[in-house]
Amino acid sequence: MNLLTIAWKSIRQRRLASFLTALSIGLGVMLMVLVLVIFGAVNSAFTQRSVGYDLIVGPKGSDLQLVLSAVYRMQPPIENLPYMYLEQLKKDRRVISAVPLAFGDVTEAGSFPIVGTTTEYFQNEFMPGRNFQIRGSRINELFDAIIGSEVARQNQWDIDSKFAIIHGGAESGDVHEEEFTVVAVLAPTGTANDRTVFLNLEGFYAIDGHTKPVEEIEKRMKDFYAADPERLESALKQLESYKAEEAAGGHAHGHSHASPDAMKEVTAILVRTRPETPFDAISLSAELQKGFQAMAVNPVRPIQRLVTGLLGNIQKALVVLTGIIILVSGVGIFVSIYNSMSDRRREIGIMRALGAGRMHVFGIVLAESALLCVGGGVVGWLVGHGLAIAASPWVIRQTGLLINPWALNSWEVILFPVLVGLAALVGFLPAMTAYRTNVADALSS
Amino acid sequence: MSLLLERIRKSYREPGGRRLPVLGIERFEMTQGEQVALLGSSGGGKTTLLNIISGILTPDSGRVIVDGRDIAAMHEVVRDRFRASKIGIVFQTFNLLPAFSALENVLLGMSFSGKGVDKAFARQLLERVGLGHRLNHSPQKLSVGEQQRVAVARSLANKPVLLLADEPTANVDPSNQQLILDLIRDTCRDHNVSLLMVTHSMEVAGVFKRVEKLQEFNRPELCLQEQTV
Repeated sequence: MNLLTIAWKSIRQRRLASFLTALSIGLGVMLMVLVLVIFGAVNSAFTQRSVGYDLIVGPKGSDLQLVLSAVYRMQPPIENLPYMYLEQLKKDRRVISAVPLAFGDVTEAGSFPIVGTTTEYFQNEFMPGRNFQIRGSRINELFDAIIGSEVARQNQWDIDSKFAIIHGGAESGDVHEEEFTVVAVLAPTGTANDRTVFLNLEGFYAIDGHTKPVEEIEKRMKDFYAADPERLESALKQLESYKAEEAAGGHAHGHSHASPDAMKEVTAILVRTRPETPFDAISLSAELQKGFQAMAVNPVRPIQRLVTGLLGNIQKALVVLTGIIILVSGVGIFVSIYNSMSDRRREIGIMRALGAGRMHVFGIVLAESALLCVGGGVVGWLVGHGLAIAASPWVIRQTGLLINPWALNSWEVILFPVLVGLAALVGFLPAMTAYRTNVADALSS
Repeated sequence: MSLLLERIRKSYREPGGRRLPVLGIERFEMTQGEQVALLGSSGGGKTTLLNIISGILTPDSGRVIVDGRDIAAMHEVVRDRFRASKIGIVFQTFNLLPAFSALENVLLGMSFSGKGVDKAFARQLLERVGLGHRLNHSPQKLSVGEQQRVAVARSLANKPVLLLADEPTANVDPSNQQLILDLIRDTCRDHNVSLLMVTHSMEVAGVFKRVEKLQEFNRPELCLQEQTV
C-alpha cells in the first residue's frame, strides 16, 4: 500500500470536507480555463485568422475604424473612394486581387450589415486556408443576395426569401423600395461574414438613393485627383456625358446601372499581394501612406493593438483574479487538513507504532494535499474545457466567435506545476505537524 | 534470546524541570517463543516499558536487545523499520484505522516494513482468526471482539519475533476474553513468536506459565541514585 493509496483513504474518510476543498480549487481552475478559452477565441478571431487579405485600402482616417468596418462590420464606414481608384489599384503589378466593398445599409429585419461586392470575394479565401462554402446558386440578377449563416438562422431566411434594406443604418428608418431575393446561404465561417448580407455590387449601385448628385461627385473628383490631371480629365469627361444624358431624360427611372465609373464609389478595397514577395504589401502601404488619397492598413495590426492593449489587460486581470481564487482555495485546503490533524493525531501515532517513519507520515499528509489540489485542478480543468465544448455551438451562434475548447494556453501549461507547488505549500505545515507527532503521547491520547 | 533488557533507566521531565523516575530495570529476558504475563498496577510504568521495548520511546540509558540487536542504540529511521519487521503490537483499544477495511488494516502493517505487502498471507492471517468472511468490512462494522482479532492478525503480519500485547482483553466482553487470549497465545505458539502480555488481571495472568510482577523488578529510584552519582 503506497503513500498515495493511504492518503486517498484518508481523504475518503473525511469525504465532505475533502470534496468541498477540492471543489473550491476545481471551481477556480474551471473559471481560469473558461477565461482563457474565451479570450483565446477573441484573440484568435481578432488577430491572425481574421481575414485572408494582406491589406485593406480605404479613405484616409482611423486605421482601426477601417478594419472594424471593412472586416468586422462593427463600425460605420469612414468615407468612400472613387470606383476609378479600384481600377487604378488593380493595375498595380504588386496586386493579385483587389475586391471592392460598398456598405453602409442594413437589413430591415435584424439590422444585418449589407455589403455590395463582386464574385471574386467568394472565390478568395475568407481566412488563410479556408474557402467559402456556398449552398445555392450564383448571383445572376441585380437584386440577388447571398446571406451569412447567422442571418439565415436569426431571420429564418433561406433560398428564395425576400427582404428589404434600410438606408444608412437601422436608426434612419428609411426603407429602400427595392426587394432582394436570397439565392445562396454561406456555411458558418466563425467570422463577421456569418452576420452579413452580400449584394451584387452593381445591384448596390442600382439602389435608389445610392447615387450622389453629380455636382458633389465632380467636386470630390477634383479634390481626389488634384495631383493627377490625366485621371481627373477622364473622370470629368465621364461626368459631363452623364450630365448630358440625364438632361436628355436618360435616367428618368432613377436607376444608375448604366452610370459611368466616375459616378460609382467603394467603401473599402480588400487587397491581396503576391505571396512570394511579402515586401509588396509593406511597400504598397508605405506608398499610399505618403499620398493624400487613400491609406492601406494591415488587417491584423490595428486589432492586435486593441486586443493586446485593452483585452490583454482584462485577460491578465481575470487570470490574476482566478489565480487568487485558487490561492484562497489552497488556504481552504490548508485549514481543512490542519484542523483535521488534531483528530488524526492518534491515527498518525498508530501508523508510527506499526513502523511508519516520520517521513512516511509527512509524505502521507503532503500526498493528501497534492491529491486535493491537483485532483481538484484536473477535474476543474476538464469541466472547464467540457463547458467550453458544450457552450461553443451557442457562443458561435450568439457571437460568431469560433471557440477551440481544447486550445491550450501558456497559462494552463504552468497551471499544474503551480498547483503542485501550492499543494506543497499548504500541505507543509500539517505535514510537519504529522512529522513531529510524539508517538507515545498520540497513542495515549 | 528474543528479548533482553539491561540496566534500563527511564524518567520523565516534569513541568517544573524535575525528573520523575519511571523505570529502573537491571535485567529482564525472554527466550524465543516464550510467553510471559507482566502484571502491574495502573501508572506503574507498564506502557512505558512496552514503548521502550518497541522503540517508540528510548530509555535514558541501558540496552534493549530484540532478536540480537540493541534497538535503543539504533537511529530512529532504522528503529522504525526494525519495529515494523520484528515487533508486533496489540493495543488495549485495538487501534484499527477506520478508513481501512479489515484486510487493508493488516496490509497497512506490512506496508512500512520494507518487505512489501503479501496479500495472500494477510488473508491467511484473517482466516486464521476467523474473519475470512469479513475481509472487506470496515472496523466500524465489526464487533469489538472481531476488531481485536483484526488487531491480532495485523500484529503478526510481518512475521515478528516478539509480540507485545497491552491489556488486549481489557475492552473485550467476558465471552470474548478467553477467545482473544487463546487466539493470541495459540497464534504466537504456531508462529514461534515470543509473547509479552501486560495485564492487571490475575485471571488473565493465570493462564501463563511465567508471570512477572513489574513492581518486583522495576526500581525507579535507581534513576535518581544514578543522577546523584
